[in-house]
Amino acid sequence: MNPEHLSFLRREFLKRSGLSLGAMALGRLLSEDAAAAPSASTEFTRPLAPRAPHFPPKAKAVIQLFMAGGPSQLELFDYKPKLQELHGQPPPKSYIEGKRFAFLKPEATLLGTKRKFARHGESGAEISEMLPHIANIADDIAIIRTLKTDNFNHGPAKLLAQTGFQTFGKPTMGAWTLYGLGSECKDLPGYIVLQSGPRGPRGGAYLWSNGFLPSIYQGAPLRSQGDPMLNLTSPQGFSSSRQQRTVEAISRLNGLRRQATGDDEIAARTANYELAFRMQSSAPDLIDVSQESQHTLDRYGVKPGESSFAANCLLARRLVERGVRFITLFHTEWDHHGGSENLAETLEGVCREVDQPSAALVQDLKQRGLWNDTLVIWGGEFGRTPMGEPRASIGRDHHIECFSTWLSGGGIKGGQTLGATDELGFYPLDLADRVHVHDLHATVMHLLGFDHLKLTPRLPPDRRRGQSCRTTAGLENVEP
Amino acid sequence: MNRTILLATVGLLAAAGLWLFAAGAIAAEPADDQHPVDYQKEVKPILLQHCLRCHGPDEQQSDLRIDTGKFLIEGGISGAAIVAGEPAESPLLLAVRGLSDEISQMPPEEEEDALSAKEIDVLERWVAAGAVFPKDESPQPAAGEKSEHWSFLPIMAPKIPAIEAEAVAHNPIDAFVLARLKKEGLPPSPPADRATLIRRVSFDLIGLPPAPEEVRAFLADSQPDAYERLVDRLLASPMYGERWGRHWLDQARYADSDGYTNDVPRVMWRYRDWVIDAINQDLPFDRFTVEQFAGDLLPNPTPEQIIATGFHRCTQINHEGGSDAEQYRVEAVVDRVSTTGSVYLGLTLGCARCHEHKFDPISQGEFYQLYAFLNSQDEPTYTVALDVPEAALLPAAQQKVNAASAERTRHIEQSKAARQAWETALAGAKPPVWKHARPIKIASKAKSSLKLLDDDSILAEGKTPNQDEYELEWEVGEAPVDAIRLEVLTHDSLPGGGPGRAGNGNFVLNRVVVELVAADGAAQAVKILGGRADHEQDKFPIAHALDGNPKTGWAINVGNGQGSIHTNRTAIIALESALPAKSRVRLRLSFHDKKYAIGRLRVSCSSTPASLALAENPADLLAAAKAVGKERTKEQTALLESAFRKTDAELQRCDAVLKQRKSELARLKSVATTTTYTMRERKKPRDTFIHIRGDFLRPGKRVTPKTPSVFPAMKTIGETPNRLDLANWLVDKENPLTARVTVNRTWQYFFGQGIVVTEGDFGLQGEPPSHPQLLDWLAAELVRKQWSMKQLHRLVVRSATYRQASRSRPDLTAADPQNRLLARQTRMRVESETIRDAALAVAGLLSHKMHGPSVFPPQPDTVMKMTRNPNRGWKVSPGEDRYRRGLYTYFWRNTPYAFLKLFNSPESNTTCTRRERSNTSLQALTLLNDEVFVEAAQGLAVRVLREAPQDELQRIGYVFQICFSREPSAAELAALKTLLEEELAAPAEKSSPRQFAAAAWLPEKIDAREFLAWTTLARTLLNVDEFITRE
Repeated sequence: MNPEHLSFLRREFLKRSGLSLGAMALGRLLSEDAAAAPSASTEFTRPLAPRAPHFPPKAKAVIQLFMAGGPSQLELFDYKPKLQELHGQPPPKSYIEGKRFAFLKPEATLLGTKRKFARHGESGAEISEMLPHIANIADDIAIIRTLKTDNFNHGPAKLLAQTGFQTFGKPTMGAWTLYGLGSECKDLPGYIVLQSGPRGPRGGAYLWSNGFLPSIYQGAPLRSQGDPMLNLTSPQGFSSSRQQRTVEAISRLNGLRRQATGDDEIAARTANYELAFRMQSSAPDLIDVSQESQHTLDRYGVKPGESSFAANCLLARRLVERGVRFITLFHTEWDHHGGSENLAETLEGVCREVDQPSAALVQDLKQRGLWNDTLVIWGGEFGRTPMGEPRASIGRDHHIECFSTWLSGGGIKGGQTLGATDELGFYPLDLADRVHVHDLHATVMHLLGFDHLKLTPRLPPDRRRGQSCRTTAGLENVEP
Repeated sequence: MNRTILLATVGLLAAAGLWLFAAGAIAAEPADDQHPVDYQKEVKPILLQHCLRCHGPDEQQSDLRIDTGKFLIEGGISGAAIVAGEPAESPLLLAVRGLSDEISQMPPEEEEDALSAKEIDVLERWVAAGAVFPKDESPQPAAGEKSEHWSFLPIMAPKIPAIEAEAVAHNPIDAFVLARLKKEGLPPSPPADRATLIRRVSFDLIGLPPAPEEVRAFLADSQPDAYERLVDRLLASPMYGERWGRHWLDQARYADSDGYTNDVPRVMWRYRDWVIDAINQDLPFDRFTVEQFAGDLLPNPTPEQIIATGFHRCTQINHEGGSDAEQYRVEAVVDRVSTTGSVYLGLTLGCARCHEHKFDPISQGEFYQLYAFLNSQDEPTYTVALDVPEAALLPAAQQKVNAASAERTRHIEQSKAARQAWETALAGAKPPVWKHARPIKIASKAKSSLKLLDDDSILAEGKTPNQDEYELEWEVGEAPVDAIRLEVLTHDSLPGGGPGRAGNGNFVLNRVVVELVAADGAAQAVKILGGRADHEQDKFPIAHALDGNPKTGWAINVGNGQGSIHTNRTAIIALESALPAKSRVRLRLSFHDKKYAIGRLRVSCSSTPASLALAENPADLLAAAKAVGKERTKEQTALLESAFRKTDAELQRCDAVLKQRKSELARLKSVATTTTYTMRERKKPRDTFIHIRGDFLRPGKRVTPKTPSVFPAMKTIGETPNRLDLANWLVDKENPLTARVTVNRTWQYFFGQGIVVTEGDFGLQGEPPSHPQLLDWLAAELVRKQWSMKQLHRLVVRSATYRQASRSRPDLTAADPQNRLLARQTRMRVESETIRDAALAVAGLLSHKMHGPSVFPPQPDTVMKMTRNPNRGWKVSPGEDRYRRGLYTYFWRNTPYAFLKLFNSPESNTTCTRRERSNTSLQALTLLNDEVFVEAAQGLAVRVLREAPQDELQRIGYVFQICFSREPSAAELAALKTLLEEELAAPAEKSSPRQFAAAAWLPEKIDAREFLAWTTLARTLLNVDEFITRE
C-alpha cells in the first residue's frame, strides 16, 4: 500500500474518531516544557518524584505477568480445528519455505491440540479448558492473537519484549515508566520484580535493567519469602533501636560533612539511608500476607509460607495499593518442547499454577477499585509452532509470527479478541492485523499517558553515549 | 479485516490512542504533525542515511546533491529538489513516495533502504513549514577528503599560554586551565590540605586509602618534593596495576563467564593478570594496544603476547540451544568493531552497522571494511604454563608416561612368537558352536524358586529377594570348554516380560564366578579372560560383571531409539584356560542391587578359541586370520590386533599403567597450566560483505579490510592489511583520535569527567572539549613521551589543577555548575571495588595477594538463587581469598556479584568507558547490613580495642584517622562520643559477638558489650558519605 494512502487513512480515522488534534498538540506542549520525564533540575535531586505524563493517563500502574518460555497459544487461546484435521501431515510448503526454527527438523508435521475450547462470557471469547479461571473473566480481558516478535531464541526475544531491543543495554518498559512518572511510594522502590517457577528467567537482570537510564530506575527484585530484598535485615545483634541510632549518627555526620564541603549529593545519600531504614520495616510488612482475609488467600490460592505465582499476584496487588508504579512477575517453565517439558502434564501443571491467581488478581483489583487505573498484561516472549516437535513426548517449537497475549484494566475495553490467525495458526489472517511487540509497547506507553515518541531522557550530555533514547526506538527497524 | 475496522474494533483505548495500536500496520506514524521539524536533528540525518551514496560528495547522480539545504534548492537535472512550502510540488517528496511521473521511486529498490512513512512525514512537514536550513551549513567531505570537525583534524602541539607570575602552577596543564579561568574571571581554588591530598592521590593511583602512618609521614615531610616522592611511590606500587588494570578491564568488557542466556563459566583470568602486569611495567600504550589487538601476529610471539589477544575475546558467546552460531559470531565481531570505536576512536561506529552513520563521516561500507579486519580469526583456547610447584613435577610425570609407553612396546616385541602361535591356531579354528548346558544342580542363596524349563533355561519365581546369588552346576561333555554363553531371556511371568526381575524388567549382574568342582567338592576358580555382550546399558558394561567388584555390574536398560528393554540378550564369557572334558563346573551369578536379579537365563558352552568366541563377528575374524601377507587388509590387521589384545593380560596391564600415568600427567597439567581465550589469524580469510540493514543473512556488496577514509591512510606490512596493521594504525601518530581519546579518558578518572565529557563520542554529536588546547597538548605529550601512561598520570597528579580543594563555591555554582572550567577539584563517590577494598583495608583484613583464578567473597545466598541457574551456587572462598581486592571477584555476567552491580560496576556485555555513579537506598542497605561490611566493622572495632589507648576520645580519634586520614572536628567527635555512650548504655543483646559475625578470627576473649558498641561506631563510620568519597 502506498504511504500516501496510509497517511490519508490515518487522518480520516483521527477525524472520525473525534480526536482533537488540538488536544494532542497540548500534550506535546506539555512534553516540551514541564511534564514527562524529570526536568533537568529534578532529575538529579529528586529522581523519583511523581510527575505528570504528556496527557491524562488511563493507567497509573502496570502489572506484567510474564510467562517465561513461550506459552502455547494453540493450547490456550487460539483454537485451530483445521490443525486437528490435518494432524500428522506435513505443513503446506508455502507456510514454512525460507523460515527458520530453533529446533524443528524439516520433516516435522502438524500437531492438532488435544485441548477443548469453548466460548466464554458475553463476548464469547474462545478460551481453552486449561484456563477455567481466566475463562471466567473473559469479559474483562482483551485477547490479542496476532502478536509478532523478531527472534526465536529465548534470551533475545525476552529482551525485545522488555526493552524493544534484542540486545543488552537498553531500559525496560518498567524503567521507562518509572523514569517518566516517578513513584508514588515513599517506602519501597517504584519498580519491582517478582519471580516464581523452578528457576529464574533466561536473560536475568537485563529483563529489569535501567539500561542507559540512571540506575535508580532499575527494577528491584523482591522475594515473597525470607528477606524480600538483599540485605534488608539488620545483622544479628543489631536491634531496630541500635539500627536507628546508627542511621541517626550517619545522618548527623553526613550533615556536618555537607556543611564542610557544600556538596548536595550528601543530602541525597542521607535521604537514601533514611529510606533504607524505613524499608526495613515496610518491606516485611508488605510481604506479610497474614493481614489478608482467608477469603482473599483462597481466591488467589495462596498457601501462607509458600513462594508461588499466587503469592506474587497477591503481592502485586499490595504493591499497587502502596503506589508502586510497575511490577513484573516472571513465571518460568512455559517452554514446552516435548520430553520433560511437554504439552500434557507439564503444561497442565503450569496452567494450574497460573490460571487461578491471574484471574483472582483481575477480580481483586476490580473489587478494590484499582482495576481502572491498573493495566495487567499477560503473555510470554513468543508462542509455539503449529508443527509438533517430536522428543520423548510431543511438544511444540518457538513460534514468532503470531502468538497470544491478553490485557486487562487500565483503560482497556474487556471482552474483545483482536486479530485472527490463518486456519493453521501460522500467520495473521490479514497481515494488517499484525501487532508487533513494539506496538504493544507504544500502547502501554500511551495508556500511561505518554507519547512514546517524546519520552526521551534529558540526560546530561556526558551520559548520552550516542544512543537512540526512546522506549520504542526499535520501531524504526520495523518495515512498513 | 481491513485496517479501518481493526482500528474501530480495537476499542482498547480512548480514541486518542487508537492509532498506536495500528502502528504495526502503518509503521508507527507519529501524530505530531504540528511539531516544528528540526532540520539538523531530524531532516538531515534522513537524507544522509538514504541518499548520500548517490547524491553526495562522491557521486551526484542526475547532478543532484542533498547534503546541504542549498544543494537541494539548487537541485539537479530535474530542477530544484524542493519547493519551500509546497510538498506536493517538490520532486524530492514525489520521488521518495514513488508518485513522480519523471523520477523513478527513490531510493531505487536495489538499494533496499526505502524511507519509512515516518521519515517521509518528517520531510513533508519540513518542506511544508518552509524548508528552513542554516545558511552556513558545510557540505559532507568526499571520500578521502578531510572532515573539518575538530576531532578529525591533526593533533597540534599548542603553545603553552603565559600566566601571571604569582599564579600557582606546577606544569603546563595549569597554564591552560588558568588561562581559561582568567578569561572567565574566575579564580582557581586553593590547594587541598595535605591530608586530603594524600587520600585523594592514593585512591586515584592505587585505589585504596592511605594507612595512618603513611599520612603521618607525609604530613611530617617538610622537603619541597614530598608530594612528588609520594606520587612516585604510589606509581611504583603493584597496587597501581590493579587499580588502573580495573579501568582497562571495564573497557575490555572482561568477565568470568560467556554471557547470554546460559552464561557458562570461562577461564580468562590470565588475560586479567596480563593487563595488571602490563600496566605495572608501564608497557607503552602503543605496545599495549598492538599486543592486545594482534600479539599473535608479531614475529615469534611470546606466550604473554598471545595471552594479550584476549582483549577482543572478552566478547560474549551464546550457548543457547537452537541458536545460530554464525549469528552470534557476527555479533561478537560487531562488538569488537564497536569497542574499538569507543575505546580508541571515541566514535559510535556501531551506528553504521545498519546504515550510513547519521552524523559522523563513517559509511556503512566503511563499518564493514573495519569489520573485515576482525572477521578472519579463529578463536582458540590457549594453554599457558603457571608458576606453581606442580610445574616442577611435570617432567618426571612425562618421563613416567614415556617409560610406560616403552614397556608396552617392549612387551609387544617379546610376545611376537606367542602372537604368531595364536594366529596360526585361530586360522585353523572353526566358528563357535554353542551347546546348551543342562544344569544338574540349581540353587538360589536367597531361596528364590529357580525352575528348570524344557528348553534348558532357568526361570526365577516367587517373591523377588533384595539380593541373590544363583549357583548352576553341570558337567562338561567330550570337548573342553573355552567359553560360556549366558542368555538372558524374556518370560511372561516377569515384570513387563523381563528378562530381569526389577520393576522395569532390568537386572544388574554384579559378579560372575566360574569354578571347577573336584570330586571331593573342593572348588577352584577359573580365570576369566574377558566378556562380550550384545547390549550394554550406559555405564553398566559386561566387563563390570567380570571385574570382581561387587558394586558394579552388567545391566541392559535402553536409551531413546534403542528399542525395548524386554528383549533377549546374550553375554559371552571367555576363559583363560579351557574347562577339561568331563569336569564338573559351577557358575555363580551374584546380584547385589535391590531386587535386580535375572529372571530367566540359559547357559551354553563352546570349545572355540576364546578370541573367536569374543569376536563380534567370528566369521570376519576367521577370515582375517586366514588372510596372509598382502591379502590381509588394514581392517583385518586391526581386527586381529584387538582380538589378540583380549587374550594378552600383560598387554592389558601395560595399557592400564599407561592410562593411569597419562591421567596423572593430565592432572598435573591441569594444575600447572591454565587456559585463556585468544585470537589466531585464519590461513584463508573469511569473505566480508556489507550486511544489509545489519542483517547477517542479507549479504550486500563484498568489502575488504580498509580504514575509514576520513582518517589518514593505513600503512600495511604485508600485501593485504590485517589486524596488526589495524593496531599499528590505531596508535600511529598521524591518527588524530587515539591519543586524544586516551588522554581524555585518563583525565576523566582524575577529575570525574573528561575534557570532552562525551568520552565515548568525539563525533559530531559529542560535546566539544572544554579545553581543546589542553587536550591536544596532553595528546601530543603522550606521544612525545613514547606513550608512557605512568608519565601521563604523573603529569596530571602533579598539576596544581589536580591538587586544588574540591569544596563547592557559591560563585561557581552559578558560573560553572558542571565544573567544566576546573576552578576546583570534584568530590566523587569511589568505585564499587574501591569501596569494598577500603572497608577491608581499614579493618586490617585486606589481602594483598595478586593474580590467579577469580575468587568468591561472601554475598547473600539469594543472589544466585533468583537466576536461571539456581543450583550454580556461590561457594565462598576459604582463607585470604575471602578478603582479596574487588577486581579478583568472580564475575558472572548474568548474575554479577551483587555488591559490585549495586555500585555500578559495568555488566561487561559491551565496553564501558565511563561508569555511572548512582546513589540509592539499596546501596545504603548493603553498606549497613551486608556480611562483608559487618565483618569489616568488626575488624575495625577489634583493631581499635587492640591498638588504641584506653581513653575513649583517643580511641575515637584513632578510628576516625584510620577511616578518613584526618582528625575529627569537635562536632564530629561529640556526635561519635554520644553514639558510643548510648551504645554502651544500651541493654545487652541476646546474641554473643560470635553469633552476629562470620568472622572466625575474633579474639578468644572479648567483652561483648564493648565490642558491640565499637562495632556500631565502626559501622557508622564505614557508612558515612566521606568514607566512600574521594574528596
